[in-house]
Amino acid sequence: MIEVKNICKSFNGKTVLKDINILFEKGKTNLIIGESGSGKTVLMKTMVGLFTADSGEVIYEGKNFNKLDFEDRKDIRKEIGMLFQGGALFDSLTVEENVMFPLSMFTNMTLAEQRDRADFCLTRVNLQTAHKLYPAEISGGMKKRVAIARAISMNPKYLFCDEPNSGLDPKTSILIDNLISELTTELNITTIVITHDMNSVMEIGDNISFLYKGEINWQGHRNEVMRTNSVELNNFVYASEFMKKLKQSLTHYGD
Amino acid sequence: MKWFFHIGRYYIMMSRVFSKPEKWSIYRKQFVKEIDNLGLGSLGIVVIISIFMGAVITIQSAFGFESPWIPLYAVGVASRDSIVLEFSPTIVSLILAGKVGSSIASEIGTMRVTEQIDALEIMGINSKAYLILPKIAAAVFINPFLIVISMFLALLGGLTAGLMTGAVTSYEFIYGIQYDFRPFNVTYALIKTLFFAFIITSVSAYHGYYTQGGALEVGKSSTNAVVYSSIVILLFNFILTQILLS
Repeated sequence: MIEVKNICKSFNGKTVLKDINILFEKGKTNLIIGESGSGKTVLMKTMVGLFTADSGEVIYEGKNFNKLDFEDRKDIRKEIGMLFQGGALFDSLTVEENVMFPLSMFTNMTLAEQRDRADFCLTRVNLQTAHKLYPAEISGGMKKRVAIARAISMNPKYLFCDEPNSGLDPKTSILIDNLISELTTELNITTIVITHDMNSVMEIGDNISFLYKGEINWQGHRNEVMRTNSVELNNFVYASEFMKKLKQSLTHYGD
Repeated sequence: MKWFFHIGRYYIMMSRVFSKPEKWSIYRKQFVKEIDNLGLGSLGIVVIISIFMGAVITIQSAFGFESPWIPLYAVGVASRDSIVLEFSPTIVSLILAGKVGSSIASEIGTMRVTEQIDALEIMGINSKAYLILPKIAAAVFINPFLIVISMFLALLGGLTAGLMTGAVTSYEFIYGIQYDFRPFNVTYALIKTLFFAFIITSVSAYHGYYTQGGALEVGKSSTNAVVYSSIVILLFNFILTQILLS
């Protein structure tokens, strides 16, 4: 469980996050949605300590992350797996070496054990044939899957995903969404996903927080998104013609 | 004021670079890899430049000493001193600042803009130490060897050029090289090399590490790395020469 309390963050006098309060529950897929520039990535990077909050607290299982020193933060970070927008795979390492990297750094596993674990993680994300390829030699969807495999290699307690289906075709997007959702339940971890993909919202959003201009505008379950009274969320959800028509038909048939 | 900001941030970065590594065995592997990248990868350019510069220095010295009052072995003496004191340690280091410095800045800069450094940090790895320490250690270890090779090849190039142009005989050139030889000059050159190796890697890594933006900014960081490491090398060349030779 992660609790974000009264987080504020600004850059060069420009406020990006205003008094953010969210509870991210364990074993659930927690979504942060919002328009581009609404502060989603800044919030995630503040939560993992890549940015320092101007004020407020990020609490991991009762530990205030902002008040920990470098070594104690390291202990929490070892329990975090993160999937970046572009994958952030290490270019100079093969797919297998990318997954083995955290294991070689933080465990005393032998090379054979590391290989076994990497193989297990890559199999879990349905990627059995790319072990010896470099990131430049694989597709965008494969990169995301390798990044997920790397993120789960250390059995994380917390999984952060920054727009996991950006740049992917709808079929691969669904595959990635399902994978994230399955892993969350299977490993009983706290998963936080940033997305502005409505498919993901409706498929995997257990807890949804809608960010609008740096503030929490709406919070709820995916089943409540379609019936919200929030004008801003409605504008976001029903931005496309397809969704507008869908809403009309839902209203017409009384849901 | 901007200078103070950069010096302060560089100092803070270096204090993190020299903190305890997460796992020595991983750093050892990186160290060996960097020796190959930074040292052996630069051998070719060092060989070519040293031979030709040595040849040119010898011909220029011979041209300048065309007087019956100056013995021919003075060409060997002048070439030796130019090569050992200045050409090999300083000019070769400046060339390495161009080759190695831009490579380091663009490698680390690309890692920054593609969030690979963020990925390291989130894993709990001290990214500054992991990325920069092996490079500094490798350059400080291998560059003195490169400079000694450069000295030898430059003198060989000078001898060959002297013989080919008839400017000086091999006996006079070799006699000149040995004449009034001061071993401290080699020590002085190697001390300079150690400082320059540190400057090239750390200043370039600094520019790469703090890259912000995209591909364009990586290019700018790479250029800044070469410019600033060259300026700092020239500044330290002056300071070290004043301290060690005065």
